[in-house]
Amino acid sequence: MSAAAAGFVAMLKRGAAAGRVPAPALDRRQGLWLLAAAALTVVPHGLWLPPWIHALCLLLLAWRGLILWQGTRPPPALLLLAVAAAVAAGVRLEFGHFFGKDPGVALLALLLGVKLLEARAARDIRAGVLLCLFLQLALFLENQSIAAAAMALLGTLTCLGALVALADPAGSVREHVRSATLLLVHGLPFLLVFFVLFPRIQGPLWGLPADAFSASTGLSDTMTPGSISALGNSSAIALRAAFDGPPPPPAQRYWRGPVLADFDGRTWTAARFAEADTPFYRPVGRRLDYVLTLEPHNRRWLMALDYPGEAGPLVRFASDHQALSARPVQSRSRFALSAYPDAPVGTGESPTVLAAATRLPAGSNPRSRELAASLAAGAASHAEILERVLAHMRAARLRYTLRPPLLGAHSADEFLFDSRSGFCEHFASAFAVLMRAAGVPTRIVTGYQGGEINPVDGYLVVRQSDAHAWAEVWLAGRGWLRVDPTALAAPERIADGLAAALGAEDALPLMLQADMAWLRGLRHRWEALSNSWNQYVLGYNPERQRELLANLGFDYRSAAKLAGLLAGISALLLLGLYAWASWQRRTSDPVQRAWERFSTRMARAGLGREPWEGPLAYGDRLAEALPDQADSLHAICAAYARLRYGAVQAGDRQLRTLQKQMKGIRIQ
Amino acid sequence: MPLHHANRLLETAGRIILGKERELRLALACLIARGHLLIEDVPGVGKTTLAHVLARLIGLQFQRIQFTSDLLPADILGVSIFDRSTSAFRFHPGPVFAQLILADEINRATPKTQSALLEAMEERQVTADGATLALPEPFFVIATQNPAHQIGTFPLPESQLDRFLLRIRLGYPDRAAERALLMGEDRRELLERQPAVASPSALLELQHAAQGLHVSDALVDYVQALLGATRNSPELINGLSPRAGLGLLAAARAWALLDGRDHVLPEDVQTLFPHVAAHRLHLAGDGRPVPPATLVRLMQAIAVR
Repeated sequence: MSAAAAGFVAMLKRGAAAGRVPAPALDRRQGLWLLAAAALTVVPHGLWLPPWIHALCLLLLAWRGLILWQGTRPPPALLLLAVAAAVAAGVRLEFGHFFGKDPGVALLALLLGVKLLEARAARDIRAGVLLCLFLQLALFLENQSIAAAAMALLGTLTCLGALVALADPAGSVREHVRSATLLLVHGLPFLLVFFVLFPRIQGPLWGLPADAFSASTGLSDTMTPGSISALGNSSAIALRAAFDGPPPPPAQRYWRGPVLADFDGRTWTAARFAEADTPFYRPVGRRLDYVLTLEPHNRRWLMALDYPGEAGPLVRFASDHQALSARPVQSRSRFALSAYPDAPVGTGESPTVLAAATRLPAGSNPRSRELAASLAAGAASHAEILERVLAHMRAARLRYTLRPPLLGAHSADEFLFDSRSGFCEHFASAFAVLMRAAGVPTRIVTGYQGGEINPVDGYLVVRQSDAHAWAEVWLAGRGWLRVDPTALAAPERIADGLAAALGAEDALPLMLQADMAWLRGLRHRWEALSNSWNQYVLGYNPERQRELLANLGFDYRSAAKLAGLLAGISALLLLGLYAWASWQRRTSDPVQRAWERFSTRMARAGLGREPWEGPLAYGDRLAEALPDQADSLHAICAAYARLRYGAVQAGDRQLRTLQKQMKGIRIQ
Repeated sequence: MPLHHANRLLETAGRIILGKERELRLALACLIARGHLLIEDVPGVGKTTLAHVLARLIGLQFQRIQFTSDLLPADILGVSIFDRSTSAFRFHPGPVFAQLILADEINRATPKTQSALLEAMEERQVTADGATLALPEPFFVIATQNPAHQIGTFPLPESQLDRFLLRIRLGYPDRAAERALLMGEDRRELLERQPAVASPSALLELQHAAQGLHVSDALVDYVQALLGATRNSPELINGLSPRAGLGLLAAARAWALLDGRDHVLPEDVQTLFPHVAAHRLHLAGDGRPVPPATLVRLMQAIAVR
C-alpha cells in the first residue's frame, strides 16, 4: 500500500517536473506560415464582424507575431485562460448570446488568436490550420463574391503552406509555396466534380431568418417626394437582363415595379391587387424573350419589362400588370421572362379600380385642383384632358434635378407653382394629381427605366440609379396607357439615362461622369466578370444542375445515384492522383532538384548535362571546360553522386552545402 | 579492407602486361564479381599471360585446358578408374578442380565438351558416379576464343555465352607498350620471379565487400531502363536476361569497389555494360554479335537521373 502510494507520488513528481520543462518554442518559419494563414483568414471577416471584435482578433495575431519576432516565450497558460474568458465574455456582450452564426464565427475568430498564442507543437499548428480553414468557409455565409472566393483561395493556399512547412521544415519558402500550390491544384478536379455533381439545395443554405435579408437598398411599395431621388446616387446593380434578340430601345425599357394607386396628399401607396398564374390581359403583338437576373431585394416584385407575358412556373401575375415571384427574392435569382411592349392592357378594368384611381384626399393640393379644373373645362374626352395637361406641363418649364428642394404638405402644388424643379417622382406625382383632379383614372408606377448594355458580355445592366416613377392613365377603349411626365422636361433622361438629363450643378455619381470613361470601361469588365460568376457559379441551382446533368446523359433524379457517381469519380481521381504521385516521387528528391537546377544553369554556358551522362563524367567534362573551377566542379559532382547514389540519406546540412557549392560556380 | 591488395595487384600486373590497365582491371572486377571471363581475340596478344598473371599474383592454383576437337568431357572433369586394391572405382579429379582455369580456345572443342565445362562453371560443382564434388573456392574460369569466323571452330551457343559475366578483347598493344615489350625481358621469366601480392582469402574478402556495396534505387532504375532498352530495341534479336542484369550489377559493384567507392554510379554501369552485353546480344537481321556502336547508342538513349 505504502509502496503503491510512493510510486504514485513519484509519478506525480515526474509529471510536475515534465510540466516545468520549458516548452519548445514554435519553429519560426512554421509560426510565420501559420500567422500568415490566420491573418489572411481573419482580415476578410472584417466585412461584417463588429469592428472592435475584428480589431481584437488582429491584435491577438499581432501579439503572436511580436512573440515570434522577439523569440520570447509564449504567455503563461493562466494568462491565456483569462484572455479566452474575456474574449468569450466580450462576444456575449456584443451579441447577447452564443447561438447562431454571427456570435459563433466571432468567437471562433477570436479563439483562433488565443490558440495561436499557445501554439508550441506540430499538433497546435494543425489545429490552427483546421480552424483557419473552417473560418474561411464561414466567410461564405456572409459573402459569396469573387473577392471572397479569391481570399478563401489565398487563405487555403497559406494553410497548405503551413502544413507543408510543418512536414518539411528544411525546405525553402519557395519550395513550400510550390508544394502548397501543387496541392491546391490537385484539389481542382475534385472541386469541379463536387461543384457539378454535389446535390444542390434550393435557396441559400444559411438563410437564417434572424440575420439574413435585413437591409437592402431598392424600391419600396410607397413613394414620397425624395424616395426615388435617394437612389440616384447608388450605382448598385438592381437587375441584369440578357435578351434573346436585340434589346428594346432605351425609351421602351420600363421595368415595372410596384404600382401605386392610393394617395394621401403626400405619399403614394400600393393598392391591393389580385394575382393569377396567367397575365390579366391578352398578350398580343411583338414579343421579347429575355432572362432576368434579379439581385435580392426581399420583395416579390420581379421588375419585369412592360408588359410581362408567359413565364416559368415560379412567376405569377398581378392585376396591375406586375410580374411577381412566388416567393420573396432573397437570393440572386434568374427568371426566363417574356414581354409584350405593344399589348393593350386593362381595357376591361374593373370600376372599383378605376374609382380608386381618381380618388384624391379632400383639401390637398388646392392650387393643382384649380388648375386641373380649368384645364378640363370644355374638354370633350379624357384623351383631350390628357393632351391639355401634358401641354401645360411642357409649357411650365419644369426643371429636372437630382436635388429637388424639400416639399411640404401639398407636394404637387409646391412643385408645380413654387419650386418648379424636381425628380421623376415629383413629375409623376404632380401629373397624377392633376389628372385625378380632372377625373381621369391615373396611377403611379415605380420601377426602373433604361439600363446600360455592358459591351463586354452584352448584358443589359440596370442600377438603382435607374429607379424611376412614371404614370399610367386609363382611357376608355384603350386601357392603361403609360405616360412619363419626366420626359416632358427631360427627354434625354428617358433616351440616354440619368447622366444625360442632369444639369451641371447636380453632382453626378462618380461612375456616371463622362470623363470617367476608362473607369467605366474597367467597371464594365469587372461587372461582366462578376456577372459570369453570378450566372455560372452562384446561379448553378438545382434546376440548372438537373438541366446540365440531363444534357450530359446522367440520371439525376436519384440522390443516391448522384452520390454514387460522385464517389466513383472521386475514387477514380484519387487513384489517378496516387498513380501520378508515385510516378512523381522519383523526381521529387531535393538533391535531384538541386542537381537539375545546376545542370540547367550550366546549360546556359553551353555546358548542359547530356541526359545519359553520369555525374562524375559530367564533372570531368565541366572541369575541362572551366579549368579554374575544376576542383569545386569535381567536388560538386562527387558530392551529388554520393548523395544520390550513396548509402547515406542526404541530410539538410549536406544538401545546403551542395547548394552553396553550386551557387559558388561562376559562369560567363 | 583489402583494397590495397587489389591496387598492388593491378600495379604489379601492369608491369608485366604492358598497356592493358583497363583490361586487367576488368578481369579483376570479373573475378571479384564471382563471374567468369571470356577473352575473344586473335592468338598471341597475351590472353594466356593474363590468366597466368592473375593466378600467380593472387596465389591461385592454376590449370590450363587446351581445348581441341577431340577433347572429351572426362578430360576436363576427371575420370573414375577401377582400383584393384580397394575393388572400387576411384575418382581421379580432372583439371577443372583448380581455382583458376584457363580454357584456351574453348570454341575448338565439341559442344558436348564445352557444355561439360560450362555446367561445372555455373554450378561450381561436378557430379561424377553419383557423387557431387564441390569445386574449389574461389573458382574462376578464363576462356579464350578465337573470333568465330576461323575454320574448325564450334561457336558457343547463346545459352552458354550467357554464363560468362564479361567479355573483353585485349587487342594489340599500343606503340609505346609494344616497344617496351620488345625491348624488355621475357614476360614468363618476369612472372616466374614475381611473388604473390595477394591471397585467395584476400580475394574472397574483396568478393564479399563488393557484394555489400550500396546500390541506390536510382541506380536500379537506371539498370532496369538499360535492360528494358535492350529488350525493346528493334535492332536486337533478344534483350539481356535477368542473369545478365544481375551480372551487370555485380560487375558494376566490383568496378566501384576497385574505384574505392562504397556505392555504385551510373558510370560504373556504363563502363561494364558493353562487356556484359557484347557476347549476349545479336543484331536482328544477320544475327551478328552486336557492334560496340550499337551498344553506345543504346546507352545514350537512356537518361541518367
